[in-house]
Amino acid sequence: MTPNQALETQPVIARSPGYWHGVIKRFSRNHVAMGALIVILGLILMAVFAAYIAPADPIKGSMLRRLKPIGTPGFPLGADELGRDMLSRLIYGARLSLLMGLSPVPIAFVIGSLLGITAGYVGGLTNSLIMRTIDVFYAFPSVLLAVALSGALGAGLTNALISITLVFIPPITRVAESVTTQVRGLDYIDAARASGASSYTIIRVHILGNVLGPIFVYATGLVSVSMILASGLSFLGLGVRPPDPEWGLMLNTLRTAIYTQPLVAALPGAMIFLTSIAFNIVADGLRGAMDVKS
Amino acid sequence: MILYTLKRFALTIPVAIGVSVVCFLLVHIAPGDPLTAVLPTDASAELQAQMRSLYGFDKPLPVQYGLWIWRVLHGDLGQSIATGRPVVSEVFNAVINSIIVAAAATSIGFLAGGILGIVAGYYQNTWIDRLASIISSLGVSVPHYWLGIVLVIIFSVQLGWLPATGGGPGGSGNRSLDWAYLQFLVLPAITMSVIPMGIIARSVRALVGEILTQDFVQALAAKGLTDRKVFQHVLKNAAPTAFAVMGLQLGYLLGGSILIETVFSWPGTGFLLNAAIFQRDLPLLQGTILVLAMFFVILNLLVDLLQSLIDPRVQRS
Repeated sequence: MTPNQALETQPVIARSPGYWHGVIKRFSRNHVAMGALIVILGLILMAVFAAYIAPADPIKGSMLRRLKPIGTPGFPLGADELGRDMLSRLIYGARLSLLMGLSPVPIAFVIGSLLGITAGYVGGLTNSLIMRTIDVFYAFPSVLLAVALSGALGAGLTNALISITLVFIPPITRVAESVTTQVRGLDYIDAARASGASSYTIIRVHILGNVLGPIFVYATGLVSVSMILASGLSFLGLGVRPPDPEWGLMLNTLRTAIYTQPLVAALPGAMIFLTSIAFNIVADGLRGAMDVKS
Repeated sequence: MILYTLKRFALTIPVAIGVSVVCFLLVHIAPGDPLTAVLPTDASAELQAQMRSLYGFDKPLPVQYGLWIWRVLHGDLGQSIATGRPVVSEVFNAVINSIIVAAAATSIGFLAGGILGIVAGYYQNTWIDRLASIISSLGVSVPHYWLGIVLVIIFSVQLGWLPATGGGPGGSGNRSLDWAYLQFLVLPAITMSVIPMGIIARSVRALVGEILTQDFVQALAAKGLTDRKVFQHVLKNAAPTAFAVMGLQLGYLLGGSILIETVFSWPGTGFLLNAAIFQRDLPLLQGTILVLAMFFVILNLLVDLLQSLIDPRVQRS
C-alpha cells in the first residue's frame, strides 16, 4: 500500500466505528428496544438449542394423550391434536419459523440494493428498465403476490422462501433507488468526481456509505412482515409440511381444537405475534438510533 | 387536470400490461405440464397433442400470450378445471364478497385509525400519543389470521354471540341487509380492520403533527379563530392524504385477505384462490390473480386522480 492510499482510506476507517459506537449507545439507552432484542436473542437460542431444551420429541405423539389442557402433568403447555407435547413443538417450531421469516429479508436486501443502487447511480435507460419492471411487481398486493407465486410453484419450504424473497425485492429496490438518486445529486459527489475519484471509489465510499444505512433500516422493518407472511404461507399449507413443527402450520392443524382446547390452539399464533412485535420494536429502535427519517 | 389525467393513464398502461404478462407466466412457471391437470395420466400421445393444439400450448409463448390477452379483453378467462364453469362468473361472485368485507374493514379501520391518529397528532408526546402508537404497532405486527382465530374463540366459542365461519345464513350465499347476514360479516371485518387501522393511525398522526407546525395554523390562531375552527382547517388539510392511504388499503385488503377469508370460510377471492391452488386449477388461479391485480392497479389510478382533484398541488409533484 502506498502512503498516498493509506492517507485516503484512513479517515473513513477512523470515522466509521465512531458512528456505530453512537448507534449502539443510543440503542442501548432505549429500554423497550433492548428488551425486544433480548426476546429475539432468546428465541434464536431456543431454536439453536431446541434439542437440549425441549422435554419431549416434537414429532412422536400418542392418540391416548390427544388435546390435553395446559398444565397437565408432563405436558406443561398441553398436547396437540395428535398427542404431541406442545412445549416441545413450540420450541422446535422456532427453528423453521425463524428460518422462514428471517432468511428472505437479507437475500432481498442484497438483490434489491444491488438493483436499486445500479438504477439510481447509472440512471437513464438502465433506470427505466429496472424500475418499470419493479413497478409491475409492486402493482401486486404483497400477500397476493406471495400466495400466487408459491401457489403456482407448488407447496414447500424452498418455494415459499423464494416467493417471500421475491415479494420483498420490489419495495427494497424502490427505497434504494430513491435514496441513491438523492445522494447522487448532492454536491459532495460532484466534488469527489472533480477531485479525481474513480467511479468505483465514489460508489464504494460516497454512495454506499450513505445509502446502505437507510436501506438497512427499511429492510429491518420488513422482518416482522416476513415472519407473519412466512407463517401465513405455512398456515395455508403452502410452506412447511406436516409433521414438521412450524408455528403457522401448528396454528392451522390446531384450528379444529378451538372448541375443546382453545388456549392450546391459540399458543402457536401467540409465538408468531411475540416474534413479529419484537422485530418491529427493534426495527423502530434502530431507526431512532441510526437517526434515519422514514 | 386533463393533461395530468392523460399522463397518469399513460403511466398505468405499461404497468397493466406487465401485470397481465406476470399473470400469464404464472401458469408457465408452475412445475409440470399445464395439461396434466386436465388430462388423465394415461392419455395417449395423440390425445395429448390434440389438447395441446386446442389450448394453444404448441405455439410460441408470445403468440400464446397474444391469444390469451385477446380472450381476456373479450371477457373470457377460460374455464375452471374443477367445476367446468367459466372463471369469469366464479371470480365475479367472489370479488363482490371480498369487496363487501374489505370495504367494511376499511371503514372501521379508517374511523378508528383516523380518530387515534388525530388525537395522537394533536397531543404529541403525551400518554395518549404513546398509547395510540402502541395500539398502532400492535395492529401492524399482529398475525391477523391468528387474531381471527382468537376472536372466534372469544366471541363464538366462549360467548356464543356470533357465528364462527361462513358467508351467510345456511351457506345460501344470499346477501341481505339484516342481522342474519350481517352477523357473519362482523368478525372477519373487525379482524381485517386491524391492519389499516394501524397504518392509517400512523400516517394521520404524522400528517396532523406536520400540519400543526405550519405557519398558516399559527396565523389562523393569531387571527383569533377558536381552537375548534383551527382544528377544522387542520383536518381539511390532512384529509386528501388520509383518503389516499385509505384507498390503497382497500386494495391491499382485497388482495391480501386470503388468510382471513380462509380462517372464516368467507366465500371471497381468497377462498377461491385457496381452492384453485390445492386443486391445481390453473385457469382459476390465473383469472383470480389477474382480476385482483388489475383491480389494484385501477384503484391506484383512481386514488391518484381523486387526490389531485381534491388537492391540485399533487399534480405538480
